[in-house]
Amino acid sequence: MKAYFSELFTGAWSLILGLKVTLKALFSPVVTVQYPRQKIDVTPNYRGHIDLIKDPETGTHRCITCGMCMRDCPSDCIYLEGEKREGVKGKVLTLYTLDYTKCSHCGACVEVCPTQALEYCDDYEVAGFAREDFHYDLLKRVEERE
Amino acid sequence: MQTLNSYAPEIIRIVIAVVGATVLVFGNALVMGYMERKLAGHFQRRTGPMEVGFHGILQLVIDGIKLMSKQLVIPAKADKPLYMLAPIVSFGPVFLPLLVIPFSDRIQAFDLDVGLLFILAIAAINVLAILVAGWASNNKYSMFGAFRAVAQNVAYEIPMLLSLLAIVFMTNTFSLRGIVEAQNVWFIVLQPVAFLIYLVCMVAETNRAPFDLPEAESELTAGFLTEYGGMGFSLFMMAEYTNMFIVCSIATVFFLGGTSGIPLPYFEYTGIIWFLLKVYLLMFFLVWIRWTYPRTRFDQLMNLCWKYLLPFSLVNLLITAVVVKL
Amino acid sequence: MNVDVLEDERQHHFVLNMGPQHPSTHGVLRVLLKMEGEYVLEAQPVLGYVHRCHERIGEFKPAKSFMPNTARMDYLGALIYNQGYAMLLERAAGIEVPQRAEYIRVITSELNRIQSHLLWYGAYLLDLGAFTPIMYTFDDREHILDILEDVCGSRLTYCYSRVGGVCKDIDDKFIERTRTFIERLRGRFPMYEELVNGNVILQKRMKTVGHYTPEMCARYGVTGPLLRSTGVAYDLRKAEPYSVYPEFDFEVPLEQDGDAWAAFNVRYREIEQSLRIIEQALDKLPEGEVMASKVPKKLKLPQGDYNCSVEAPRGELSYYLVSDGSDIPYRIKVRTPSYSNLSVVPELCKGMLISDVVTSMGGLDLVIPEIDR
Repeated sequence: MKAYFSELFTGAWSLILGLKVTLKALFSPVVTVQYPRQKIDVTPNYRGHIDLIKDPETGTHRCITCGMCMRDCPSDCIYLEGEKREGVKGKVLTLYTLDYTKCSHCGACVEVCPTQALEYCDDYEVAGFAREDFHYDLLKRVEERE
Repeated sequence: MQTLNSYAPEIIRIVIAVVGATVLVFGNALVMGYMERKLAGHFQRRTGPMEVGFHGILQLVIDGIKLMSKQLVIPAKADKPLYMLAPIVSFGPVFLPLLVIPFSDRIQAFDLDVGLLFILAIAAINVLAILVAGWASNNKYSMFGAFRAVAQNVAYEIPMLLSLLAIVFMTNTFSLRGIVEAQNVWFIVLQPVAFLIYLVCMVAETNRAPFDLPEAESELTAGFLTEYGGMGFSLFMMAEYTNMFIVCSIATVFFLGGTSGIPLPYFEYTGIIWFLLKVYLLMFFLVWIRWTYPRTRFDQLMNLCWKYLLPFSLVNLLITAVVVKL
Repeated sequence: MNVDVLEDERQHHFVLNMGPQHPSTHGVLRVLLKMEGEYVLEAQPVLGYVHRCHERIGEFKPAKSFMPNTARMDYLGALIYNQGYAMLLERAAGIEVPQRAEYIRVITSELNRIQSHLLWYGAYLLDLGAFTPIMYTFDDREHILDILEDVCGSRLTYCYSRVGGVCKDIDDKFIERTRTFIERLRGRFPMYEELVNGNVILQKRMKTVGHYTPEMCARYGVTGPLLRSTGVAYDLRKAEPYSVYPEFDFEVPLEQDGDAWAAFNVRYREIEQSLRIIEQALDKLPEGEVMASKVPKKLKLPQGDYNCSVEAPRGELSYYLVSDGSDIPYRIKVRTPSYSNLSVVPELCKGMLISDVVTSMGGLDLVIPEIDR
């Protein structure tokens, strides 16, 4: 008999405590952000798709067309081509495509590059209508960067 | 023999009452829907609807248009007449109790001598609608929801009636106007236990959380509402919101003094403001409970009714009878 | 299971399909429930809806390139899966990891464990019908994800551990943010206890639901918080210590009852223990390199079998690698904890109400992609 009443009162008290918590939350400020009208800054370490770095001294990329990134990528999403030109030591990069639909953001390409020619881009609003929107031509992109 | 001229005021009064009830049903659905979504948002530390209109005021209007424009999909082997009938049976009778409730001293459509019994009888029709909806959907989940709803609603009507009977013992009348007028002191002060019992039964009768097993979303994927979309769903939802309004108004009439409050000019008509304020305070309480507690299990729900609410309401009735007699 | 209902003597049994699309089987899990009224007579899980052939993928990629796949198997414990696989390769190739890298791995893994438990907490309550605690736990979880995003670069499927260490060092900003977060989460515990743990409706829903015994757990291979809720103190971080866990002072929460309420409490208290580990690790963090000096670019593993086990948020995770001497493994086998945890369901759910099936399966904390790999 005593257990009946004590259970009733402890139960009812726990319910009232719960109500107090939500009431306090009702009068607290919201913790959400009305995206897309307000946007939060993304940390620069975010791993978006990769981009060739535009070296400030030479004004172009640093890629030496060794192909290490292409070989090390677990998802086979990089394809690059180079050719030998006269008077230039080593190969010259002619094509560098990234198939972002297959990328797993592992970072192997950025780490293995011997000249540190790649970096992450912090573009997170990637949405498109066709798969081809995400086949990036990185050579063209590096020429358009400032 | 009375001529048509002497019937005319009565007919005009009836027309105004029906129009008023309709406005109240749809207006309440709009206000309640918006209030619930905004409050739910702020309980969860987020904003509710913000896009449509200023801070989302027009959201419910757009939702109504969306629901009306949806294709009515009927499951292949469903019982078609019953399937179409269930939302109508749920939504139709919901206008009737609004005609008996005393909103203020002059605003009341009919003052029936058995007002309380009339309202409880109409509220019981909702159970039939849920059962028909669950059966006609040809879906095991809906059937589950319907069984649970029937058992729950039938069980919780008893403590509800008993706690309200205690008030009736004190005032000697079933008429709602009489009960409002008999409250010099609000009955919540004289009968707190009855008020608490009535609050719990109120939540269970309208199938709101924590007793929303018939439409338990995460267990039964929407229970008896699983196969309803578009207009059928919106009729059920409007019936639910109006049921909430009705049970809250009964609570206001019986326990919170109806329209009593600080006197305003033209109080026979403007007393409705106090009435609506109290009703919406209780509705806020219903929303508050919904977004705080988890769902009870079905047998625990029935345990609560038979083992806790029923003995307390019987004892309360007995004590009231004894005190009134003395 | 014989699903032909008409052959039953009592013809009011029916089969309810808690199908691949259901709000409370987190992921695509199908459970066939043979029911009588509201009681479950038999429960049979049907798997395979998320099978993505990860183990087969490991057989034609070099061993180092398998790292992103480990994160996709259990997306909620990705750093721990990464750590386990990196430890496997280091053990196989005989590479030693610098101390700072071990400490960083422990700190980030414990943050990941907290994040996984917070998500489980919120989602479990959502199954039971409480709609607000999930929003509060996701608020806390956002802080963890922001901290980890700064270091690992991703928010959910990390690829942070490498063979020989971690790929990026942590800085003072990380340490400061983590300390702030620890204080914040400690301050939130009273609120959770008032809103959720003390709630009478929740306690009634979870007490005496499901019966785990140590003997039943041994039969099915159940590990993790479920095993610890039956009273068996088996936590790989204490029983077979790896990495730098022996240097930290933390408890292993234990309960004796073996029902859903016990499992709930064990996981809830593990969050506090993880906070303790992180604090001690931040205090003891040594200076140094974060990557071993001599890691070959093409990692050839000597011929033989290699094994490594770590404590994932859901139980014991084991990797088993058979190598034939080249850099592409011959076979990788991943023993995921949720697969064994799920196999308890047919025995556990006999005679329960359907609401209790939802409660027990939530208490198992299943992540379906980890079951199907």
